[in-house]
Amino acid sequence: MSTLPLAAPDFRATLESRDVDLSRRTLRTLQINLTKLCNQACLHCHVDSSPKRTEHLSPEGVERSLELLKLNPGLEILDLTGGAPELHAQFRELVEGARALGRRVIVRHNLTVTLDPHPVTQVSMEGLPEFFAAQEVELVSSLPFYEQYFTDKQRGRGVFGKSLESLRRLNEVGFGMPDTGLELTLVYNPVGAYLPPDQATLEADYRSKLRAAHGLEFNNLFAITNMPINRFADDLRRRGNYDDYLQRLVAAFNPVAASNVMCRDMISVDHRGQIYDCDFNQMLELEVSDAGSALTIFNVDFARLAEIPIQVGSHCFGCTAGSGSSCGGTTE
Amino acid sequence: MSYYEPEDLKNFPKVGTFKPDLWEKFMAYYQAATGEDGALSKREKALIALAVSHSRQCPYCIDAYTTGCLEAGATPDQMTEAIHVAAALDAGITLVHGVQMHNHLEGLGA
Repeated sequence: MSTLPLAAPDFRATLESRDVDLSRRTLRTLQINLTKLCNQACLHCHVDSSPKRTEHLSPEGVERSLELLKLNPGLEILDLTGGAPELHAQFRELVEGARALGRRVIVRHNLTVTLDPHPVTQVSMEGLPEFFAAQEVELVSSLPFYEQYFTDKQRGRGVFGKSLESLRRLNEVGFGMPDTGLELTLVYNPVGAYLPPDQATLEADYRSKLRAAHGLEFNNLFAITNMPINRFADDLRRRGNYDDYLQRLVAAFNPVAASNVMCRDMISVDHRGQIYDCDFNQMLELEVSDAGSALTIFNVDFARLAEIPIQVGSHCFGCTAGSGSSCGGTTE
Repeated sequence: MSYYEPEDLKNFPKVGTFKPDLWEKFMAYYQAATGEDGALSKREKALIALAVSHSRQCPYCIDAYTTGCLEAGATPDQMTEAIHVAAALDAGITLVHGVQMHNHLEGLGA
């Protein structure tokens, strides 16, 4: 049974035809992909991270990132991702520096990194929960499902059990617990070629199941759509699902979700300091450029950046399908 | 080539080429009955639809509602229980016709 490849409609033309504004808003978030090194190698990972990847932001890049925060008070949020950002040698220095400047710091924390030794140095990472609590960072942690089957299928055998142990340690230091102010958000994403369920319904399921079965607490759940790029795209193609999946995303285009996509008020920075509109554009190497030269954290002029259109492609239908998808969950 | 081609499901609206008013009524009814939370949640409706799809052996519906159940947040355990309910009902429906057999046996004096 063969399927004819179906061309996705042009994303920008779709926005225009539905009268959706994709201009930049005031920049609030500096998201940095600190390193592609990770203790895991997940099926859905759009970064293709693994214990074998070594790319990481240089000491000059770390210093410049802190300088940008200092010079631009409007950058309220430092959002650290990877790979596992905690595995970067200057992770703690960067977090402490940003917190000392009074910024919110979000860490995209995969939970298991606490329990595995550092893949390169073999140093124990078990002090992370206490560090996170002391710095009052906001944790956003992937837990693809509240049961073992889907979680281990996506992230590897044993990941569910380790994730629960890590969540227990985070609860112990106050994350996800009432009245501590230590925010713990879990992230759901589908294990395969389908769209996420309703975020609020799923959050209620996660809360009741994790509490009843494991005595665990968290604050919020984000439901994120899998982006058809890199490792997940390869898996879709291998199964003959790529065209169907893209068509599902296109058919579910939601103009309300589209008007609130994350690229309107954030920039994404790679390990070389290069600037992109989002983490997905970063992986596709769709860099932001000004008159032909790539913008980096070393040469960026934020006033000028505001005038440069956001780069889009067919993958953007992943952020605008259904209730929308972003690093902050649905966007409706 | 067989009668059931997965790609054909996309052509379902062709059925509305003629008598489109009836097609539109069907679609509105279908959406109202299956696609919205009501006294039953969309997830519960999707699980019922999956069970019926198996019982009526519709490959289009099995594909559509396997995805539909996942997108409504159902788990593989719940989906499997749903088709066991369908299978148990199918078995019971077959067996309860044994009463008819018994009635006829008795009628024959056997």
